[in-house]
Amino acid sequence: MTQPDLACTHLTKRFGDTTAVDDVSFEVPPGSFFSILGPSGCGKTTIMRMIAGFLAPSDGDIRIKGRSVLDVAPNKRPVNMVFQHLALFPMMNIADNIGYGLRRKGLPKPEITHKVGEVLERIGLPDIGTRRVEELSGGQKQRVAIARCMVLEPDVLLLDEPLGALDLKLREHMKIELKALQAAFDTTFVYITHDQSEALVMSDTVAVMNAGRFEQMGAARDLYYRPETAFVAGFVGDSNRWRGRVESVDGDALRLRSDSGLALLGSRHGRALSDGTTADIYVRPEAIRLGHSPEEVAHFDNRLSGTVTSLLFNGAASRILMRPIEGSEEIEVALPQSGEFAHLERGSDVHVGWSSDQGNCFAAEAG
Amino acid sequence: MQAAHRLGFLLLVTPLLLWLGLLIIIPHIDMFLVSLRERVGVGEYATSLANYRSFIEEPLYLMTFARTAVMSVMATALTLLIGFPVAYYIAKMARGRVRSALFLLCLVPFWVSELVRTFGWMILLRETGLFSSVLQWAGLADAPVEMLYNDAAIMVGLVYTSMLFMVVPLITTLDSLDDAVIEAGYDLGGSGPSILREIVIPHAMPGIVSGSIVVFMLSLGNYLTPIMLGGKDSLWFTELIYSQFIVRFNWELGAAFGFMLLILSSVIVWGTLRVTGQTLEKTMG
Repeated sequence: MTQPDLACTHLTKRFGDTTAVDDVSFEVPPGSFFSILGPSGCGKTTIMRMIAGFLAPSDGDIRIKGRSVLDVAPNKRPVNMVFQHLALFPMMNIADNIGYGLRRKGLPKPEITHKVGEVLERIGLPDIGTRRVEELSGGQKQRVAIARCMVLEPDVLLLDEPLGALDLKLREHMKIELKALQAAFDTTFVYITHDQSEALVMSDTVAVMNAGRFEQMGAARDLYYRPETAFVAGFVGDSNRWRGRVESVDGDALRLRSDSGLALLGSRHGRALSDGTTADIYVRPEAIRLGHSPEEVAHFDNRLSGTVTSLLFNGAASRILMRPIEGSEEIEVALPQSGEFAHLERGSDVHVGWSSDQGNCFAAEAG
Repeated sequence: MQAAHRLGFLLLVTPLLLWLGLLIIIPHIDMFLVSLRERVGVGEYATSLANYRSFIEEPLYLMTFARTAVMSVMATALTLLIGFPVAYYIAKMARGRVRSALFLLCLVPFWVSELVRTFGWMILLRETGLFSSVLQWAGLADAPVEMLYNDAAIMVGLVYTSMLFMVVPLITTLDSLDDAVIEAGYDLGGSGPSILREIVIPHAMPGIVSGSIVVFMLSLGNYLTPIMLGGKDSLWFTELIYSQFIVRFNWELGAAFGFMLLILSSVIVWGTLRVTGQTLEKTMG
């Protein structure tokens, strides 16, 4: 078992009466990409600032390569941070920006020049050393901000939603590039974001955070297909949600009668749910099969028929909204792009079905 | 449409042009002409550089001139030294109500006239004043101490009078420095002094220069403070101008002095801009 690059144990931060971070523990193995995903205000930035040293935890410990850094000032910690708005120094050119940390370490000038040249080469921008910060494009600034940290060879690189300010196309591109840079530098990245696709695409491990706690930590695929809590099921990806009463439980399988009167089959995946309790059932739009006739979906144990109420065209991620005959809520269903549903329009009759295994059930939260 | 547009522009620009023309350009041209006159007899004048010559040849005039310039530069430097931490605290550290309260505290002294403010300092510093009494009471002095009528008193008055004009532009520029940039400095291994030198001061440079220019001009052209706190022998250049115009009715020499002061301030401001690599547009815009 190799030693984790970063380990937080029982990390807690209280501001007055509010607890921003509540007893969070996690370990990040060397060379991995760890993301903390959560809505704004969930405490993820607080965790990051505690790791960087700008905030002192109220309780718990932070260890980097096995050594507690609680009494180490931010400018002495072996972690560096890429800030949300990058915080490049506008008064310096690119080479001076990247060389800043090296100058502070007191390295001789030729070595600084050499190292700066090397890291610029690595981020694929070899000739921009003499340019000014405002002359660079958004993506270039991004890479310079990472290079400025990486040149110091930190044990852990912290990234605080660095893609937030970029436009969509560039963001998609930078996701892939960040992952490639992480592999190239072979450094541990800790990335915080509220954008699930950033976290899911790039990370080895994702921690979903809500109200100061980690709801679930695991590989992106596990979070997506096997959410452990209702919050994760609702926050990561899209879901259709029904609330209702559990009518019968048989092993993991259960039967639920929704408030709108639909009989649904789902799975509790080991969670405690018994007859008569109120529960929520989450079904992903892409887990629902669309068919022209009831026979096409006959092999599923959940089947509904209804009419299309809207078409939500979004290229590969197109959906339809359909209203089942028996219920009142609309159901979102992924639209297959194979062409057979190309002529679907409002009012068309459709039949949908999904396996009960895809219906994740959670005890309903009060309220 | 085009005509209406032009009319609007003219209406807006006319007050400015009147102000500049009537109060600044015409008087200065007139003063320049006066400064080139030499009185050769009663009511008889000849054009010559005699006034400027007497300025250069008379050591008292030159020394006063140099002294005023040096003291003003010192007052500016001192104001910057005191004002910078104040501005930094208000802009970067204070939050919410404390911040507005502190800013107001900087502003409050300027609600009373300069005369009253200067009298305030005289009450504190004079022989029978507060400081003197406290020193005697504490046993640190056995006789009344006169603290007025020296260069230190002038300096105190100048710094006090100009503080606001330094603090305001500094707060504005420091305010525009993203906190994350300072944090990034610490994160990358910077220490307090190095961040101040490499990040904060370069960023605040336009504010520092514009504040310094304003304070320097105010000090150089100040009349009240040097006269009241420095006494009759304060040897401030504005005092020389005043005495030429009012006491000696030598308008010609007074006008020449006035012009020398204008040239001096312009040269020093231009030099400062050149040395710091700033431009007038950048610092005033």
